[in-house]
Amino acid sequence: MSRIEGVLKALKGQGRKALIPYITAGDPHPDLTVDLMHTLVDAGADIIELGVPFSDPMADGPVIQLACERALKHGTSLRQVLAMVKTFREKDDATPVVLMGYLNPMEAMGQEKFADAAVDAGVDGILTVDLPPEEADEVAPLFTARNLDAIFLLAPTTTDDRIRAISEHSSGYVYYVSFKGVTGAGKIDVDEVASKVAHIHELTALPVGVGFGIRDAATAAAVGRVSDGVIVGSVLVDTIARNQADPEQLKRALSDLLHPMREALDSLAS
Amino acid sequence: MKLTEEMLKALPDARGHFGAYGGRFVSETLFDSLLTLEREYKRLKDDPEFQAEFDKDLAHYVGRPSPLYFAERLTRETGGAQIWLKREDLNHTGAHKVNNTIGQALLASFLGKKRVIAETGAGQHGVATATVCARLGLECHVFMGAEDVKRQSLNVYRMKLLGAEVHSVQSGTRTLKDAMNDAMRDWVANVDDTFYIIGTVAGPHPYPLLVRDFQSVIGRETREQCLAQAGKLPDALVACVGGGSNAIGMFYPFLTDESVEMYGVEAGGLGIDTGKHAAPLSAGRPGVLHGNRTYLMEDENGQIAATHSVSAGLDYPGVGPEHSWLKDIGRAHYVSVTDDEALDGFRKLTRVEGIMPALETAHAVAYAIKLAATMDKDKVVVINISGRGDKDIHTIAQLDGIEV
Repeated sequence: MSRIEGVLKALKGQGRKALIPYITAGDPHPDLTVDLMHTLVDAGADIIELGVPFSDPMADGPVIQLACERALKHGTSLRQVLAMVKTFREKDDATPVVLMGYLNPMEAMGQEKFADAAVDAGVDGILTVDLPPEEADEVAPLFTARNLDAIFLLAPTTTDDRIRAISEHSSGYVYYVSFKGVTGAGKIDVDEVASKVAHIHELTALPVGVGFGIRDAATAAAVGRVSDGVIVGSVLVDTIARNQADPEQLKRALSDLLHPMREALDSLAS
Repeated sequence: MKLTEEMLKALPDARGHFGAYGGRFVSETLFDSLLTLEREYKRLKDDPEFQAEFDKDLAHYVGRPSPLYFAERLTRETGGAQIWLKREDLNHTGAHKVNNTIGQALLASFLGKKRVIAETGAGQHGVATATVCARLGLECHVFMGAEDVKRQSLNVYRMKLLGAEVHSVQSGTRTLKDAMNDAMRDWVANVDDTFYIIGTVAGPHPYPLLVRDFQSVIGRETREQCLAQAGKLPDALVACVGGGSNAIGMFYPFLTDESVEMYGVEAGGLGIDTGKHAAPLSAGRPGVLHGNRTYLMEDENGQIAATHSVSAGLDYPGVGPEHSWLKDIGRAHYVSVTDDEALDGFRKLTRVEGIMPALETAHAVAYAIKLAATMDKDKVVVINISGRGDKDIHTIAQLDGIEV
């Protein structure tokens, strides 16, 4: 059983929902990322999605675009991101880490080399935004052979046939994108999400995490009620941007943001 | 490799691949739209009503066929092969871009979409899109890098006059690639009612197929005209390559004619060895950007590199996937000329033939002159004059230190 599967099973057993924060590696500075990851775990994170910065993040809104620019200004490379995970693992062997990013940096490293390095660093899952399962036939076996979970996106526009097909290619969890748009934009329609996630649950046994539009305890609870976990990104990255000058203040601010979400999710536990 | 009709018919394959290139590398939200577009296009492609409409617009709105013109004086001065010019600059809106926008806007109408978005570099595709949207009464949004808005202000104003909203893109390098990023972002958010008219022969499948099919009218006409006027097939075709839409349109109908050599001319900028250029086929490597796998300019970590070219329309780090395939199989040659050589080409054609090419096109002109000089007098070189140079007057004047 993968670390991701183990954590999600345990949570389910307790009737709890997963809190999955996203930050971009190297933002605001590569030296801070590992520290911030520990901060997220201390504040209640169950799984961490760690963004690999890319020069052309087409699926992201301005908040994460700017995070990528800050990280790249300091030369944050995929190699460095993997080194960050390795350092994180020295103190935390329990919290799953999912790398989230775009295909090109992974291809540039070489898919097999990347898969090996990811396992060596202690990465648990890979979510490649611009890699649909249709194009993953060379990469997917490399991940499977190394027990790395391949996490794919589902969207409001995904048809039933594709939900089934994508779920078959996925392991760990599937990531439901709550609205049509880029990260950090739009307003989440909880009723719509509820009915779509319920429908996805009918089509796959995998846990469903929901991301895009979750910005506070109230939205976290509302989405947590109808899914297996919530993914929180832009609001955290925006907090990083606003507190980038003061690392201690930044950690407090992240913690202050995540804590109430944790509590709100746990208050759902039956 | 000798290409046959059967081989060409099989490409792109069902997943949109040309050999190792192409594909559909997009976020999940867009996937269903791309499948629908592919399905509808395949249906309409053979629909007589759709084709008749397309042909009618090309004839009466665009003004096709565009002439194939024998550049007699340029030929004499060059002293080698005959140089012929395929006059896409004479199309309505002044470039080849309109062939494709007519086709895609027609698709948008058939699909019932009321809102159109487009990216643009030099502004030619933006103008062509704004033009057809004005005519069809479609809402039009054009994304353009802030850098290009500055250097192509004339085209920006043309688009506004035509009723389009021009979005100045401030992210990244503020050029064509960033305009395409923002167009994709808009599309994800408005996928239900919006048709994305991609201007170049790149992007996720089926776009490279659509754009190639719509632009192939250039090569089909050239083939007929050359046989009629020069009495033979061309010996060499020369076209500039940014994303590569005018080049693929010219090359495609000749791919099985083994005797026809093809030269795609990339932007060498300040010189390939300076790193300041926009020539992925000459100096890049395969990667994934904007929905397709293709040759890219990138650093060792897979980050997309900043490009440089005097011409905004070639200032792009990628290229259409079919060109990547044609390069690998050796069917087409990809070469580059520098900014300075292109400017010389611009001046030469202007002064010797009275035809002012776009700076993009000037790259093809510059290379073709060098090439023709090495060839016998009975050989025929056809340059695709993809666009006219009016839009570049300010850039040229600035280089000359003159205020217009």
